[in-house]
Amino acid sequence: MSLSESRRHAATRETLPQLSIDSWNHRHVLDLDDFSREEIDLVFEIAKGMVEILDRDVKKVPTLRGKTIATMFFEPSTRTRASFELAAKYLGADTISLDSAKSSVAKGESLIDSLRTLQALEVDTIIMRHPCSGAPYIAAQHIDTSIINAGDGCHAHPSQGLLDLFTMKQQFGDLTGRKAIIVGDIMHSRVARSNIWGTRHYGIKLVLCAPPTLVPRGLPEMLDRCALNHVTIEHSLDAALENADIVMPLRLQKERQQSGLISSMREYIQGYQVNLQRLAGAKPDVLVMHPGPMNEGVEISHEVAYGTRSLIEQQVTNGVAVRMALLYLIAGGKSR
Amino acid sequence: MPEKILLNSTDIERALVRVAHEILERNKGAINIVFVGIKTRGVPLAQRLARIIRNMEQVDIPVGSLDITLYRDDVSSLSFKHVVQQTYVPFDITNKQLILVDDVFYTGRSIRAALDALIDLGRPETIQLAVLIDRGHRELPIRADFVGKNIPTARSEEIKVYLSEVDAVDKVTVMRTEGGKNEPK
Repeated sequence: MSLSESRRHAATRETLPQLSIDSWNHRHVLDLDDFSREEIDLVFEIAKGMVEILDRDVKKVPTLRGKTIATMFFEPSTRTRASFELAAKYLGADTISLDSAKSSVAKGESLIDSLRTLQALEVDTIIMRHPCSGAPYIAAQHIDTSIINAGDGCHAHPSQGLLDLFTMKQQFGDLTGRKAIIVGDIMHSRVARSNIWGTRHYGIKLVLCAPPTLVPRGLPEMLDRCALNHVTIEHSLDAALENADIVMPLRLQKERQQSGLISSMREYIQGYQVNLQRLAGAKPDVLVMHPGPMNEGVEISHEVAYGTRSLIEQQVTNGVAVRMALLYLIAGGKSR
Repeated sequence: MPEKILLNSTDIERALVRVAHEILERNKGAINIVFVGIKTRGVPLAQRLARIIRNMEQVDIPVGSLDITLYRDDVSSLSFKHVVQQTYVPFDITNKQLILVDDVFYTGRSIRAALDALIDLGRPETIQLAVLIDRGHRELPIRADFVGKNIPTARSEEIKVYLSEVDAVDKVTVMRTEGGKNEPK
């Protein structure tokens, strides 16, 4: 059975829950901390419809015809940007992309002024990535245009959190009692943070695994304060992997090496690389995800990344479907 | 005004049997026919038509389901949006006699959206429209090929189709509503 066939079959097997569009309550998508379970379920229900469109020969629907969607990236990105732009195009919207290096930002224009310009150009939705945590929040305060956060500093990457969760649900259906591990540079990972918020409604056990130097200070207290008791912290990958259903290594951001947070690359690989040997300690059908970009041979071995347990390519496809669902909910219809 | 029942279960079945006969007559048999139902209630109607034809002709007609949300002409102006559902047409529609099935024919706007959606899936030889109820008030140059029952209505009236697959009961009702024009379902 081909992948698309199996996807279609999965789609028909599940019964449709009664979801109301009224549960959607967002004008911006900044992080998943203010998403209810109903809202996430709604995004996923719509994303399932979008997966079907991605299977077609003609991948285009006229839903957002006449809408303009801008991507504004102040940090390099391939998959997130391509994914958002394709999502917008598949829904029939027009897109423009602003690159900080080639725009007026290089001439010293402030963020707010750039955003105001886009607003004045009647752009309907702005998809924004910025190296500073919180930048999209400031943006949302200054303009009326809807903002979708495509990654801000070490803070949040909500669409990635959603597509990771969507991919898990696609595999397992009900996630209650499942165990997922995020391993690597938790300290600098916005993906880990958004996954913490995204998974909290679904009864999943989430283990964050990293050497002590790569766990942010104050994380246990923060988890406690926010009642995120589905999350635990573990420093040994072998211990974390016991009975794991899903393991997601994060990219070891090589630039962090210089800051002395890991003693050496070799030691990191020894302790934290996800490879076949290590996976022997997990459940036999453990699945592997990765938010990309990968450093093969560092946080993940080649055999695992391209092996039968890898969901990495599926994550990329699902990313487009989930982003189409977000754009449909944000850009379709008048803002309230 | 309370809900008034216009058709009961037997009436619906009789209307569908007649429509099934008309479809076979017009297409000279069941060869090369496919059904596509518009979600939600067009789908069980298409399945019923397929079942009736199977009993008459011993031919299995494929049935697909179409979600037209993404093709509606009111998406961008909607104060209410719809949950997008899955389209499931697991067969090739190109060069087929495609019978599009819906419950109520009203303004024709859903059908226009459905036609756009179908063209994106393939190129049928013909597309024919079968509806259970035609209530009038067309706003577009589109009309049904097969009609279970013509029910002239005022715009202030609401026609509701209940089907046991979805609503646990089979009936068609009319109800007067307050205010102006209703959105078609």
